[in-house]
Amino acid sequence: MGLDIRWPIGLMFTLIGALLTVFGLAKGAESTSLGININLIWGVVLLVFGVLMLLGAISGKKNPPSA
Amino acid sequence: MQAIQLQWIDYTILVAYVAFVIGIGWMLARYMKTSSDFLTSARSIPTWVTGLAFISANLGALELVGMAASGAKYGIATAHFYWVGAIPAMIFLAVFMMPFYYGSKARSVPEYLKMRFDERVRALNSIAFAVMTIFASGISMNALAKLLNQLLGWDYNIALWICSGVVLLYVLKGGLTSAIYTEVLQFFMIVLGFAPVVYLGLKDVGGWHVMNHALQSVAVNPSALNLKDAGITFAPDAWTSAWRPVLAGSEHNPMGVDWFAMIFGLGFVLSFGYWCTNFLVVQRAMAAKNMNAARNTPLVAAVPKMFFPFLVIVPGMIAVALTSMPDKNYRIPPPILSEAVYGQAIDAVKHATPEDPAAAVKAVADALGKKVAPDKIASLVAANAASKLSDAQIKQGIYNSIAENYYDGVILSLVKKYCPPGLLGLALTALLASFMSGMAGNVTAFNTVFTYDLYQAYFAPGKSDRHYFLTGKVITVVGILLSIGAAYFASMYDNAMDIIQLVFGFVNAPLFATFLLGMFWKRTTGTGAFLGLFGGIAGSALFHSLTIAHGNLPGVKGGYLHLAQEFPSEMAQNFWLAAFAFIVCFSLTLVISLATSRTKSDADLKGLVYSLTPKIVDNNIPFYQKPAVVGIVLLIVCVILNFIFW
Repeated sequence: MGLDIRWPIGLMFTLIGALLTVFGLAKGAESTSLGININLIWGVVLLVFGVLMLLGAISGKKNPPSA
Repeated sequence: MQAIQLQWIDYTILVAYVAFVIGIGWMLARYMKTSSDFLTSARSIPTWVTGLAFISANLGALELVGMAASGAKYGIATAHFYWVGAIPAMIFLAVFMMPFYYGSKARSVPEYLKMRFDERVRALNSIAFAVMTIFASGISMNALAKLLNQLLGWDYNIALWICSGVVLLYVLKGGLTSAIYTEVLQFFMIVLGFAPVVYLGLKDVGGWHVMNHALQSVAVNPSALNLKDAGITFAPDAWTSAWRPVLAGSEHNPMGVDWFAMIFGLGFVLSFGYWCTNFLVVQRAMAAKNMNAARNTPLVAAVPKMFFPFLVIVPGMIAVALTSMPDKNYRIPPPILSEAVYGQAIDAVKHATPEDPAAAVKAVADALGKKVAPDKIASLVAANAASKLSDAQIKQGIYNSIAENYYDGVILSLVKKYCPPGLLGLALTALLASFMSGMAGNVTAFNTVFTYDLYQAYFAPGKSDRHYFLTGKVITVVGILLSIGAAYFASMYDNAMDIIQLVFGFVNAPLFATFLLGMFWKRTTGTGAFLGLFGGIAGSALFHSLTIAHGNLPGVKGGYLHLAQEFPSEMAQNFWLAAFAFIVCFSLTLVISLATSRTKSDADLKGLVYSLTPKIVDNNIPFYQKPAVVGIVLLIVCVILNFIFW
């Protein structure tokens, strides 16, 4: 099929990750759990995951996977 | 538990997810040109995608909720549902069975049965499968809508129709491809949505070792947390060792299961019966783009499956450990009761006198309709008499004193405890994703089997492809509507779920015997397979009518004809039932096949039976991609995991 699933996955997690990161930064101490700013930390994790997926999709577009 | 309040950020995450899954359906719609595109993905999808979809379609059916519940009830031994009850069968499917499913060009599992045996076997299997998928999806949707209703205060009907509507939108647009692609997205959503909850839970409880230590003190007196009836005790490792308590015998582990039932009943019959013959999962592998991709699909799936216990079972163990620590101010949630019921119980506490604690306990228990811990009610009444407590304080006291657990609430109670707004939206979206992936899996399997194996085979053969393409779409809508109907049915009768699952058990238990003989013994005849299957189903019903699990009354739970055997637990009864049904089906098929003459020649069975199919020569693929090699490596890792948690 013509759609590389890494595009939507990458876009969605980049978006949600960015949202959580900004929310974590803005709320600061108000949105912690066990004293950890988990929104910030996990937002960054999701952001990195999303960007990696997007990078995979971009490189897949340049060199269509053979296998 | 109070209803969870969602904020705008949580809704934003939820809406973003819904927009993306529907968007995937829209993007794929333009590739849907034939019935094969829509119903079988035209065999075009890469391995890692079908592999993750394989696991995600299975993950739907109540797994997140149910496995956390079992983790609390049985501890780390619940992982046997993965390490014993899934991985070996998935590897067997990949190495030995996929070549026949994929190589035969069958579009579905029932169609393979028709090629191998005859129309009767196909009809029996496809009708049973179609009915079961509808009920499976209905049960799961009912559970979801109930959960959303109880925990978020959403309306049951709205929750049910909106979730089903989203699934309908993307499946109708993009067919099986859409279901598979969204399942991959849902897989990541589920893992990334729940991982922080597990991390925070483990951190709060003090780490893995502290948790195990707490569970060891729970195991010697499980009735203190209402995990078992008073007087039952286990060795300290009952919740923290996977094998020792099982090997010690059925009285020595909270599951009430012995090693034979575990290995033969679960590990062989139930597990192989599900993973190797259920079209819901096999369909994902059949959509792969070539034979090697199809064979590697279950192997790709086995990798996350092996480690899922840490995501889905550990939360249940954390919940038990937290409950045993008074300073954590947490308990496994009690059954959900309405505010009105709590109101009556609060009145009962207010009117009670400390001089007569027994009367107070009875009044509160009657008001709640639940068992309560007498000492906790007595001290609550005394505290209230000494200095008037607020209604909220009394309610909290009553909540803590209810001596029953609602295990299905464990996972959401942890989500609520640890997730601030933001992360909360992510975790709830993950939960919704797991239900949607399960429903989409059921619906796409249902529409393929209905369209090809029932409609095309018996009602309208020989029509144009356009006709079946449209039929597939109509059946998708019908399938979702039937699922919703099944959800209402399950919500109306408390017993409905028990009965449905019972019938599933009867039908599924003997199935693997038919496939095993059919694929590996060319002498198996259609009549043998058909009568053997019927005999196996009748055998399981008979077994059930003669046995019962300890503590159950004869009736829906078994033993209505005569009590020949009592099992220590329902799980043990199920495992033994499966083992019995398998043996009946296997022997009957064997004997009847020998007594009847073959209707299919060796040439007919080429590609369908092991001994008549040329071995796949995979010299042109690197050795690390060969299914047999990958399978052995995975098996070794799985054995190592078993030893680590021995």
